[in-house]
Amino acid sequence: MAEIQLKEVTKRYPDGFEAVKKFDLDVGDGEFMILVGPSGCGKSTALRMIAGLEDITEGELMIGGETVNDLAPKDRDIAMVFQNYALYPHMTVRENMGFALKLAKTDKAEIDRKVEEAAKILDLEQHLDRKPANLSGGQRQRVAMGRAIVRDPKAFLMDEPLSNLDAKLRVQMRASVARLQQQLGTTTVYVTHDQTEAMTLGDRVAVMRAGLLQQVATPKVLYDDPTNLFVAGFIGSPAMNFLPAQVEGDRIKLPFGDARLDGELRSKLQSVGDRDVIAGMRPEHFEDAAVAGEDHRDSLHFRTKIDVVESMGSELYAYFDVESQNVDSAELAELAQYAGLEDVPGGGGGEVSHVIARLDAASRATPGQEAELVLDTAKLKLFDLESGANLAHRG
Amino acid sequence: MSGGATTETTTAAPPRPQKHISGRARAERRLGWMLCAPAALVMIAVTAYPIGYAIYLSLLRSDLRFPDETEFIGLSNYVTVLTSSLWWSDVWHTVFITVVSVALELAIGMVLALIMHRAIFGRGAVRTAALIPYGIVTVVAAFAWRLAWSKAEGGFVPVLLGFDTDPLTSTSWTYVVAIMAEVWKTTPFMALLLLAGLALVPDELQEAARVDGATAWQRFWQITVPLMKPAILVALLFRTLDAFRIFDSVFIITGSTQNRGVETVSILAYNELLNRLNLGLGSTVSVLIFVCVTIIAFLFIRGFGASLGQQQGGS
Amino acid sequence: MEGQSAGRERVFWSIALLIVFVSALFPVFWIASLSLKDPATVGDGRLLPSKWSFENYSGIFDQDIFTAALRNSLGIALIATLIAVVLAAMAAYAIARLDFPGKRLILVAALAIAMFPPISIVGPLYELWRSVGLYDTWAGLIIPYMTFTLPLAIYTLSAFFREIPWELEQAAQVDGATPFQAFRKIIVPLAAPGVFTTAILVFIFAWNDFVFAISLTSTERAQTVPAAISAFPGASQFSQPTGSIAAAAVVVTIPIIIMVLIFQRRIVAGLTAGAVKG
Repeated sequence: MAEIQLKEVTKRYPDGFEAVKKFDLDVGDGEFMILVGPSGCGKSTALRMIAGLEDITEGELMIGGETVNDLAPKDRDIAMVFQNYALYPHMTVRENMGFALKLAKTDKAEIDRKVEEAAKILDLEQHLDRKPANLSGGQRQRVAMGRAIVRDPKAFLMDEPLSNLDAKLRVQMRASVARLQQQLGTTTVYVTHDQTEAMTLGDRVAVMRAGLLQQVATPKVLYDDPTNLFVAGFIGSPAMNFLPAQVEGDRIKLPFGDARLDGELRSKLQSVGDRDVIAGMRPEHFEDAAVAGEDHRDSLHFRTKIDVVESMGSELYAYFDVESQNVDSAELAELAQYAGLEDVPGGGGGEVSHVIARLDAASRATPGQEAELVLDTAKLKLFDLESGANLAHRG
Repeated sequence: MSGGATTETTTAAPPRPQKHISGRARAERRLGWMLCAPAALVMIAVTAYPIGYAIYLSLLRSDLRFPDETEFIGLSNYVTVLTSSLWWSDVWHTVFITVVSVALELAIGMVLALIMHRAIFGRGAVRTAALIPYGIVTVVAAFAWRLAWSKAEGGFVPVLLGFDTDPLTSTSWTYVVAIMAEVWKTTPFMALLLLAGLALVPDELQEAARVDGATAWQRFWQITVPLMKPAILVALLFRTLDAFRIFDSVFIITGSTQNRGVETVSILAYNELLNRLNLGLGSTVSVLIFVCVTIIAFLFIRGFGASLGQQQGGS
Repeated sequence: MEGQSAGRERVFWSIALLIVFVSALFPVFWIASLSLKDPATVGDGRLLPSKWSFENYSGIFDQDIFTAALRNSLGIALIATLIAVVLAAMAAYAIARLDFPGKRLILVAALAIAMFPPISIVGPLYELWRSVGLYDTWAGLIIPYMTFTLPLAIYTLSAFFREIPWELEQAAQVDGATPFQAFRKIIVPLAAPGVFTTAILVFIFAWNDFVFAISLTSTERAQTVPAAISAFPGASQFSQPTGSIAAAAVVVTIPIIIMVLIFQRRIVAGLTAGAVKG
C-alpha cells in the first residue's frame, strides 16, 4: 500500500500531440481515486503511465515515496485490471491468477494458498480449473480482479473494468468492487467514462478533459461546487441544463423569468458587474408547481408547454423548450465548443434550448400541454460566458 | 420463388411451407454442386486417375526401352525397392534435408515474423524484401546458389573462403548449399504464415504479462508461442510436406541427375521414370513417396487434433 | 533519457532490417552481377564483374530456345491462371455463400491435393500424355498446373468471398437494380481485389513449376523457362553456360520483382487470408 503522486506529468507523442498535460494528482494511501472524463480526455493514458505501460514525457511519478518514472511495470509492484480483462486463454483460472507469483518464483504452496484465498473472496472457487473461454463475462471480470488481488500489490490500477458488462451486472459488480477495496484497503486508481460509477465508487474523483485536470474533489463537492461549466455538465445525470442569462444588479434574468440573486452569489458577482452569463440548473431543481411544497423566496414559477414526458415510475422527466433571448446564438455555439459543451449531452447553443426537468411521480404533466413549474433559484450555478468558470466557486 | 405456399386459406389447409423451403434448399444444393463440379472434377481427375494408374504400373515390370517385356509381376517391384540400399539412403537424405531445413525455417521464420510484426518503421520494405525470394523462380534461385558455390562455374564463395576443392563435389557441402537454398527460398513464406498467427495474439495479453512481471523472453515462450500453436502447426505441416517433396533445388544444385551424393526420393523417381524409362520401378517409387507423404500428413493431423483438444476452449 | 532509448531502438531495428534486406537480396544481386560479366571472365570467381558486358544478354536472345521458352511460360501460365481462377471463383462462391452437403468434402479434397507429391503422377502423366498426344504441348502443362493451383486458389478466394457483405446485393435490388446490375456494380468491384490477388498467387505458382515442365516437355514447342534454363546448351559438366544462365535468370526475375514490389500488400493479404482460414 502506498501513496501515488503525479507531479506535472505530461505525455507528448512524437507528432506533438499532448494526451496528458501537466497533470498533478495526489492519491493517499488506501484511497479509492477515480479518473473520469469523456473519451480521449487522457485518463487511460494517465493510468498507463502510472502502470509503466507508457513512457512519461515530462514530470515525476512517485509511488510509495519513490520516483518510479524509469521503472518497468514489473518493478513498480502494481497490479492492473484491463478493460477486456486480458486473461490468458490457454491457462486455467488458477494458472491465470498464479502467473505473476510463478514469475516471481514464489513457492508453489504459497501460490496455491494465495490463489485459494482470492478465489474465496471473489466466489470463484468452483471455477479454478476452467479456462476463460468457458466463463461468463461476470466471472471473467472477477478472475481479472483475482489476478490483481493475489499479488498483494502497492496499488490497484483499473482501466474501465466494468464497461464490458451488461447494465444490471455492472450495478452489482460496482458494489462488490467498492466492498473489496474497503476490505483490502489497497490504494486504487480507477478509470471510467461513466460518471455514475465515478460518483458512487470514489473517495475522490478527478475530472479530466482534453488532457487537463479540471477538478479533483469528493463526489459531493463536485456536484455542489463544480469549478467550471464542463465539470458541472459532466457530473450528474441527467445533465445540468444550461441557459443564457443576464445579471443586472441584484437580479438574474432567465429565459422564463427573473429571479433574485441569493446573498452569497450577489456578493461574489458584485465585483464582476452586470453581464451576460450562462446559468446552469439541474433537472432535480425543478418541480411541478402543483406538487411542490411551500414556496420560498427563491422559487421561480413559470408556465411552459411540455414536449415529452418520460415516466421512470419513481419520477418523471419532462422535456420542454425555452427560447433564449438577447444572446447571440453564434456566441453560445462558440462557447459550447470552447467549454466542451459538446462533450456534455444536452448542451450546445442555438436559438431554442431543450430543458429537462425532473418532477415528482405524482405530477400530472402531459406532453403537448402547458404546465406550471417552479425552479429553485438558490441552487443556480452561474458561469462566465468566456471561460466557463463557475462565478461563485467556493473551492 | 415467392408466393409459394398457395394455401387455400378458406379450408383448414395443412401448412405447406415445409415443401417450399426444401424446394429452395434443394435448388441451392444443386447450384452449389454445379458450381463446384468443374473445379472438383479437374482436381480429382488429374490426381486420382494418374495415381491409380501409377499403382497399376508399379505392379508391372515395365521398361519403355524393352516394351515387349512388360508383364505383371505383382509386388515384386516393391520388394526390389524396399530392399535397395539406394532407396533407403535416398530416404535418409530426404529426411535429413527435411528436418534440418524445416527446423531452420521455423526458427529464422519466427524471428522474421517478429521483426515484421514489431518493427517501428519500414514494415512495407521488410515485407517486400521477404516476398522477393517467394516470387523468384525456384530454379533461378537454385542456380544463384549453385553458381555462387561452384568452383567449376566461377562461384565467388570458394574463392572468398579459400577452398581448394569444389564444394559441390563433396556430399556434406552439397547438403549445406542445398539446405541453404531451400531455406532462403521458403523462409519468407513461413514467416508470413507465422505473422498471421502472431497477429492473433492480442496486445493486451502482452501488457498484462508485462504488468505481471514477465520479461520479453518469458512473454514469448509462455504467452506468444502457446497462443500461436495452431498457426505454427499449420505452417509446420505444409512446410514439412513441401520439404519432403523437394526436387527443384536439389536437382539444380547437384548439377546433373547422375550425382548420387545427395539424392532425394523425388529425384530418384524422376531418374527411374524419365531417364531410365523404367516405368515399373519408377512408379513403385512414386507410390511409395505418396504413401510416405500420407503418413506424415496423418501423423501431423493426429498430433494437431490432439493438441487442439488439449487447448480446449483456448483462444 | 527517453530520446536515448528511442534512438537505441531505432539503431537496433535499422540493423535488423538491414540484415533482412541483405539476406533476401544478395542472391539476386549475385546473379545480376554474374550476368553482366564478360563471358570470358565469367568463371573468374569474383563477386563483381571485372569486365562489364551485355554479351550474355544478347546471347540468350540470339538463340530460339530462350525466347520460345519465355513465350511458352507466359502463355501457359496465363491460360492456366485464367482457367484456374474462373473455376476456383465458382467453387469459392458456392462455398462462401451456399449451403450444401459435400462442402466440407471439397475443402478436404483441396487440402489433400495441396499435400500431394506431384512427382508421383509424373510417370503416369508422361505415359498418358504420350499416348494421347498431349506430350510436349501447352495443354499438357496447363492441365496439371490447374489441378495443383486450384487448392490454393479455392482457399484464398473463399476466404476473400466470406468477407464480402452480400446483403449489399439485395439492398441494390431494393433500390431498383436488376439482379445482373446488382452483381455487376456491387459484387464485382468488391470481389475484384480478391480475385486479382488470387490470380497473382496462381500465376507465380504456375510460372515457377519445374517438375512437370522437365517431365512433360522436351522441345521449344512447350518448354517453359525453368526447364529451358536447366537445359541450356552446355549445362552439363563439360562447358559452362554460366553467363547465359545468369542472364536468363535476371530476365525472368525482373518482372516478378516489379510485380512483387507493386502488389506486395495484396500478396501478403492473400497468403495470410488463405492460410489462416485454412
